[in-house]
Amino acid sequence: MTTTLPEPAAAEIAPRRLARRATGTDRLFELSATAVGAAVLAITGGIGVFLAWQAVPTLKRYGWSFFTETAWQPEANVLGIGAVLAGTVSIALVALAIAFPLALATALYISEYAPFRVRPTLISLVDLMAAVPSIVYGLWGALLVMPHAAELALWMHQHLGWLPFFDVDADPNAAMWDRSRYVSSAFCAGIAVAMMVMPMACAVMREVFSQTPPGEKEAALALGATRWGVVRAVVLPFGRGGIIGGTMLGLGRALGETIAVLLIISPAFDVKLRVLEVGSNSISALIAGRFGDASPAQLSALLAAGFVLFVITLVINTLASIIVNRSRSGAGAEA
Amino acid sequence: MAQAAPELQRPYAGETVLPVRDESAPRPVARRGLGAANPDERLLQWGVWVAALALAWLVTQRLLPLAGLPWFLIVWFLCGLVMIGVTSVLTARRVDLVDRLARTVITGAAGLVGLALVSVVVYTVRRGWEPLLHGNFFTQDMSGIGPRDPFTRGGVAHAIVGSLIQIGIAIAVTVPLGIGTAVYMTEVGGRFARVVRTIVEAMTALPSIVAGLFIYTVLIVALGVPKSGIAAALAIAVMMLPIIARASDVVLRVVPGNLREASLALGASRWRTVWHVVLPTARPGLATALILGIARGIGETSPVLLTSGAATFMVTDPTSGVMNSLPLYIFSTVRSGEPMAESRAFAAATVLLGLVLVLFVVARLAARPRSAKPKLRHRLRAAVPVLRGGVPTPWRKR
Repeated sequence: MTTTLPEPAAAEIAPRRLARRATGTDRLFELSATAVGAAVLAITGGIGVFLAWQAVPTLKRYGWSFFTETAWQPEANVLGIGAVLAGTVSIALVALAIAFPLALATALYISEYAPFRVRPTLISLVDLMAAVPSIVYGLWGALLVMPHAAELALWMHQHLGWLPFFDVDADPNAAMWDRSRYVSSAFCAGIAVAMMVMPMACAVMREVFSQTPPGEKEAALALGATRWGVVRAVVLPFGRGGIIGGTMLGLGRALGETIAVLLIISPAFDVKLRVLEVGSNSISALIAGRFGDASPAQLSALLAAGFVLFVITLVINTLASIIVNRSRSGAGAEA
Repeated sequence: MAQAAPELQRPYAGETVLPVRDESAPRPVARRGLGAANPDERLLQWGVWVAALALAWLVTQRLLPLAGLPWFLIVWFLCGLVMIGVTSVLTARRVDLVDRLARTVITGAAGLVGLALVSVVVYTVRRGWEPLLHGNFFTQDMSGIGPRDPFTRGGVAHAIVGSLIQIGIAIAVTVPLGIGTAVYMTEVGGRFARVVRTIVEAMTALPSIVAGLFIYTVLIVALGVPKSGIAAALAIAVMMLPIIARASDVVLRVVPGNLREASLALGASRWRTVWHVVLPTARPGLATALILGIARGIGETSPVLLTSGAATFMVTDPTSGVMNSLPLYIFSTVRSGEPMAESRAFAAATVLLGLVLVLFVVARLAARPRSAKPKLRHRLRAAVPVLRGGVPTPWRKR
């Protein structure tokens, strides 16, 4: 027989409020801390409000066509983020398609398979990967990976070209293949962005996996499970929230990545599904490319595009943190 | 038990019965180790990969037109999977088969990630090695240096100095504000603090390019401040502030509440509690959060791309016009497409990587828990009487 103690009501364990108002240095401390908090609120909130306010004239002028128009020709008074938005999403999805399996496997390897002695080192290495500047990944992607990625793209086009997103507007079996059709694509940019997304997603997943109750893992082992059995039956279900949340955090980072994308892609303003083909664009690359010679009206349009990007990232990050916090494992996870 | 074996004579109390060896009993079975593999399995583990290596050579060099090292490694891995499958089907159950395949795939993927990290570092250092060998790379700037000038002329001193100045200003702005906000959110609290926390968390989603565009629009276009180091520093600060505030908040929230209560119960004021209890307890975590935020800020290119302007000469005054920084130097140099310029860009990238690595190692050292070993100073002080021929301090009578 087990007996359970009655759960204490929440009100009983919460700290009681102090009735006395703070005086002297305490009052000063409270006031100054509040002032700092208010200042930071004003700065950070001010940026959000400013972006929204600056986006208003553009949105008023172009209406819904701002989201559907694909061309960006301020001189012809035709403006829209349809193409760059599609490009941003396709680059981010390619990055995620590459980064997700690698992040999951690396997190599982570190938390379940790696020898105990090297685990702290591996964790540091993943953190170090997250700290490597994005320009370095950009150089790596543009100069080392891109030629090989083009060959891989040709191979995928030859063998998987019947899938609409692996199609390229070129002859796959030509005697001399046209390399220039396969470089500077969303696929190439996605590889570099995946390197930035992977450590972030991996860190969240590993953090959540490491909180798996050892009792449950040992119970699975005692029932005769192999190590993979433990992973499948205990670790993965327990960490589901962390897997989804970490992936979405990575997606948020991938959407906002600028410099690697700017180094790799060749800008193109059309909505296309063919990620292997040359030419793509993203909102951040558009801003970086067009801010210099922008008139005030164009600047407002760029700010509106930036605001849209910010809102998308914000929604994704908020969903991610809700998922991580709601899940069984995420209560103490930092995400 | 007494009924089960009535024919056994019960020993008297206090009498010892020695066990008798039963010769007819079956020989004991050797206990199976739980974790370690037996010789058969070990042979399989290694043999599979040797066999896969031979198969991969056969497939890539003799059967299929798959030239190059990458294909060889891929085919080797796939052959390894097939061999593991075949040997497991022959010798073990289905459960073991799945377990071995899963282990191989997971280890292989983790190895691929490690390989990618190594290739990033090695490629960057190798491409930038030649300019790094010349000392002037660290002491000269690029004024009057063309893209085809030899490596014995010109360097990135201006970019290094610019990066340090900009990140210094950004630190001076963000660290007090960030930690102050975190202290406010955790120590003062209340409804307003929840609003601040929500907004700060929301602003961590701000893409860095948008932070740069904000400073560009407000400071440079609207207020007419020229492109300068201060504008770049503010753009970095805008990007770093939410990151640092949020990370410090996470660190301060895990300081145990009973430490605070103990301090308050001893009569300390709330300010003293924060200064003497909360912040020292959170010191390692805070240091890590700050340094990682700084590493992020120093490597970010997009805010400075919009706000600082790439100077080719040394600028030490952040308010007096265009100023270069390492990420911006790398970006603008590599875009020229000249092989020499690319080498210089890679050398600058190596310097940047080194800078981030140093910050990272410092963060790891700061995050280490304080060791129980007495500090060097104390050990030296304890040793001094011994050197003079006296008794070491701990044993001396007081």
